[in-house]
Amino acid sequence: MTDAQQQSTPEPGGPTSATSAPLLEIREISKFFGSVISLQDISTTVRAGQVTCILGDNGAGKSTLIKILSGVYQPDHGQLLMNDEVMTFSTPRQSLDAGIATVFQDLAMVPLMAIWRNFFLGSEPTKGWGPFQRFDQEMAKRVTRKEMLDMGIDIRDPDQPVGTLSGGERQSVAIARAVHFGAKLLILDEPTSALGVKQAGVVLRYIVQARDRGLGVIFITHNPHHAYPVGDRFLLLKRGKSLGDFAKSEISRDELTRLMAGGAELEQLAHELDREGEGRSKIGAELAEEVKSLPTG
Amino acid sequence: MTATTTDTPPPEVRDERVAKVGLWRRLLLKPEFGSLIGALVVFVFFATQSTVFWHANGVANWLDPASTYGIMAVVVALLMIGGHFDLSAGVQLGTAGLVTAILTTEYNLVVWVAMLVSLAVCLGLGFLNGYLVIRTGLPSFIITLSTFLMIQGLNLGLTKAITNTVSVGGIDQEPYFNGPEKIFASQVTLFGQKYYIAILWWIVFTIAATYVLMKTRFGNWIFAVGGDETSSRNVGVPSSRTTITLFMVVSFAAWFVGQIYLFRLTSIQANAGFGFELIYIAAAVIGGCLLTGGYGSAIGASVGALLIGMTSQGIVYAGWNADWFKFFLGAMLLLAVLTNQIVRKYAEQSRR
Repeated sequence: MTDAQQQSTPEPGGPTSATSAPLLEIREISKFFGSVISLQDISTTVRAGQVTCILGDNGAGKSTLIKILSGVYQPDHGQLLMNDEVMTFSTPRQSLDAGIATVFQDLAMVPLMAIWRNFFLGSEPTKGWGPFQRFDQEMAKRVTRKEMLDMGIDIRDPDQPVGTLSGGERQSVAIARAVHFGAKLLILDEPTSALGVKQAGVVLRYIVQARDRGLGVIFITHNPHHAYPVGDRFLLLKRGKSLGDFAKSEISRDELTRLMAGGAELEQLAHELDREGEGRSKIGAELAEEVKSLPTG
Repeated sequence: MTATTTDTPPPEVRDERVAKVGLWRRLLLKPEFGSLIGALVVFVFFATQSTVFWHANGVANWLDPASTYGIMAVVVALLMIGGHFDLSAGVQLGTAGLVTAILTTEYNLVVWVAMLVSLAVCLGLGFLNGYLVIRTGLPSFIITLSTFLMIQGLNLGLTKAITNTVSVGGIDQEPYFNGPEKIFASQVTLFGQKYYIAILWWIVFTIAATYVLMKTRFGNWIFAVGGDETSSRNVGVPSSRTTITLFMVVSFAAWFVGQIYLFRLTSIQANAGFGFELIYIAAAVIGGCLLTGGYGSAIGASVGALLIGMTSQGIVYAGWNADWFKFFLGAMLLLAVLTNQIVRKYAEQSRR
């Protein structure tokens, strides 16, 4: 980990006092849908070669934030800065052109097609000219293999249909594709949520690999156990508000877990269950036990 | 459970998960594989039934229907891989022939000009099919079923209104007939046996379609749009353009085959091509195309057409009533679909 680089301890919401400009700075972003406050005053930073984790339960506003970063939505307040430059993304294309690649949950891949065909889908390299212009397949296969090797996967057979890959491998193809097509900032939308323990571990390794190649990574998840090992910075969201924006040095894994689990809410729940009768008191007691075992933040 | 993910997950060798794929499995995985086996079986079967079947004379005889079916089957396969059907493919062929014939014989247009108008009409129909499918988002089955019925009605209605009969003939009396006749309907002698030139065009269409499908960007887009349209659009594939182009390619081939029929017979019936659309789809499916799109092969469809051509003539050579053809066609189709399914499952199991 690159904890040594975590020099500053910026106030949540405040500008960073880092030595170099962050790759992406999210500055007091708010988004409203009618009377619904989807996001309010959210701030964090992403640096090249670091992983910023955005954690939050369902409805916390994670998806809205991704969509703002990938140009699907525009924020109502606040600014996005890339290398200290204010950016406005009115379309996904502009965000892509700025080097922000979003790997959505459905991964935008065609299961029946070979890996290399998927890898270059929509941006096929060509050779030859005029009517003899053709898909440069040798190059496509070579690059696919190389990019996957760089991620630590040896695909012996690039002709394998993507549909026969496991979830983690598919994720890695999507990440490798984003990296190859010039992404500077990679946004991963819950890449581990649908995966088993082992597969999730594999994806986490790809995240580390992307980071080590100098990319800034935004890793969206609701699992603190996945976030903590790879993250350099943690933004916690709850009901559209920031619970805090921490550097890794400022927060321990247990605190993170506790914040995510909503320790106070769990206590309340345990209390309620306790009250509701004999049958449930056991569950309540267990919950209370669990809450106690979490360290106090 | 989840706490098992440590800061640095232990490196693991994952190669053992990529199963070795032997030559046999590789072959099985090719979409056209089943149709090749089928064609071989059908050939051997009819060859044992009748000696004429495998002599040059017989071969020329069954290659002929195979060629006109084949040209259409190849483009229909492209469309099916792109995720769509064209039920109007057959009757468009009638339209193509009728427009050329009526314009030359009734309106005294030079035959070349009439052919160009006919081509424009067909491409227009193809565009209409594609555009309607794109704009409405309805299944192409329904859209082209409607255009199929409408075109069929137009073919009959207009032909009757203009010529007072249900067929147009006498195009061979028109000037410049010999030019297009050479292109579409001449015969080539090879080892003392005459073959229709359509066989050559069939090979050209098959090679061209295979090249486009396997070697070009557009081919990649065909697979992608048929496999998952939303995903492919998300990564920048021009899916609407791809779909409309495919429909227009089918119409172009229908025009081509329409001219072949017209110049060969020098006349054309108002119901020409009716019912052929299902034979084309059958050939494409026998050739390994999935009905759901995203998978298939142009060569396979071509071999599927060959198989159908052999059967249609083989039945006659074997001395059976030609009425049995449809039964055989259906049985082959069923067999092909079942084999394809089993083979694909078997072949893909090894790759998990």
